[in-house]
Amino acid sequence: MAEKILLKGNEAIALGAIHCGCDGYFGYPITPQSEIMETLMEEKPWETTGMVVLQAESETSSINMVYGGASCGKKVMTSSSSPGLSLMCEGLSYLAGAELPCLVVNVVRGGPGLGTIQPGQGDYFQACKGGGHGDYKMIVLAPSSAQEMYDFVGLGFDLAFKYRIPSMILADGVVGQMMEKVELKPQQPRWTNEEIVKMSSDWATTGKTPNRKQNVVTSLALDAVVHEELNHKLQQKYVQMEEEDVRFETLHCEDAEHVIVAYGCMARICESAVEQARKEGIKLGLLRPITLSPFPRKEIDRLVPQLKSMMSVELSAGQMIEDVKLVVNGRIPVNFFGRLGGIVPSPEEVLEAFKKSI
Amino acid sequence: MDIKDIIKPENRVYAKTPVLTSNVMHYCPGCSHGTVHKLIAEIVDEMGIQEQTIGISPVGCAVFAYNYVDIDWQQAAHGRAPALATATKRLHPEKYVFTYQGDGDLASIGTAEIMHACNRGENIVVIFINNAIYGMTGGQMAPTTLEGMVTATTPYGRRADLNGYPMKITELIAQLEGTCFVTRQSVQNPGSVRKAKKAIKKAFENSMMNKGTSFVEIVSACNSGWKLSPVKANEWMEQNMFPFYQLGDIKDR
Repeated sequence: MAEKILLKGNEAIALGAIHCGCDGYFGYPITPQSEIMETLMEEKPWETTGMVVLQAESETSSINMVYGGASCGKKVMTSSSSPGLSLMCEGLSYLAGAELPCLVVNVVRGGPGLGTIQPGQGDYFQACKGGGHGDYKMIVLAPSSAQEMYDFVGLGFDLAFKYRIPSMILADGVVGQMMEKVELKPQQPRWTNEEIVKMSSDWATTGKTPNRKQNVVTSLALDAVVHEELNHKLQQKYVQMEEEDVRFETLHCEDAEHVIVAYGCMARICESAVEQARKEGIKLGLLRPITLSPFPRKEIDRLVPQLKSMMSVELSAGQMIEDVKLVVNGRIPVNFFGRLGGIVPSPEEVLEAFKKSI
Repeated sequence: MDIKDIIKPENRVYAKTPVLTSNVMHYCPGCSHGTVHKLIAEIVDEMGIQEQTIGISPVGCAVFAYNYVDIDWQQAAHGRAPALATATKRLHPEKYVFTYQGDGDLASIGTAEIMHACNRGENIVVIFINNAIYGMTGGQMAPTTLEGMVTATTPYGRRADLNGYPMKITELIAQLEGTCFVTRQSVQNPGSVRKAKKAIKKAFENSMMNKGTSFVEIVSACNSGWKLSPVKANEWMEQNMFPFYQLGDIKDR
């Protein structure tokens, strides 16, 4: 019987990192996610697994420490909240360009600017459409429970290393701060240096040995032909991850006439709204994207013919709705309900908005 | 005596270290980068640490340092090399980790990263090339540009009231408890090259002694940026740079 303990979402991230064999965490305090580093410092994993934990001087430095650690083929991560992520976007673009695997956690708060420390989902565009410069994408996982906060650390690393791209956990202030039971996994050993050399000898800076060419981690390619090839290679990864690694969950979609699309904490609230609608005899379903990038396009496309409408429910002015609309492509109405400023709507409020929309 | 009698291994007085690649350097003739690259390659060779050394290259002319020194390299975003080096050294304490940065990279956009890496006393080596100008982007003002010096963005000369003062960042770095060895060197003649090599070697040795950060500034010539011939550039450097950026050890413990 696996151990179950009560954890905050943020604490679950910290334990998830230690237990999956993470090599290094580099971060800078910011509300509402500071418990991640605080928990790591309290756990002192450098005395048990050998994991490095370091408080950097800024988010800019944190993400570049991640770049350095990732260049060594190590499992390294950082975490922050919205304004901090804006500072990290330069680094994310470099990580993507240099084909480096890593994990970045964003416990989203309300913006723009310093905004509010209350929850938000206004960083969807930044996470899924770039944020930094250039044509790149990341794996973006959207947890809706403390358990998923814990589990997605390991999953995020697995996917990051599968494609050699940055992975992001796009959480929100609710999921980061709420406490739930979390089932813990057995401690995974960290990769040994020998294992890393074996896995990553063609790219990681593990030290140039006589039997191989030097490894150079860079995102620079001044030759236009070479640079176009690099970009095509990146795009190929994004095609492959859309084929192989889309994740989502559905509730009551089999016979649904209307479907709400929601992720993170909003999916939990919409779950209650959908159950209430069903009690009232309304054929409403819920689609919860778990990967926001790659987005569950095929599933939405498959559902559209049976539906009369869809509604995107977000803690934003409407960002994910653009991806829903791209798939629906005008076949049915796509409505929207959202709250801003850190206000989290109740299930009743969502259901009310849905009823008005049809 | 035939030439074949002379070309013999026992008569050889100099050979290029294999750690320095045979790639044709993109640096301008007269530039100091090539000399400093050669010194690093020789030290890596002499210490037998090619497999243990990881270099972090900057944004600027030395972005391509990896083409010339045959070790593993990470190429950093502008100014961030000390952050990369921090993580690399902490994850690989058994490796020799060094950053190679210019004055724009280290003393302007990357001031936070270099200050905090040095203040934490990361056991890394920092090679700081100070030629008082932005070389790669075409000769704009650097934080270390001297007062009165003409650059592409100070066409009438740097004025303290408009552009601020030239920054002696190496003296600032020496104030930080985390640094163990802070020195300012140059490579414009054989004597100075020998001294600079000694300093860089000491810095590399320090990084395995848990003493903190070793910081080696090389006051360098950028004759293209300065619009001078290589010979004139060296003369100008001796006459104008050295009085302000005085050579020698600032801290050694």
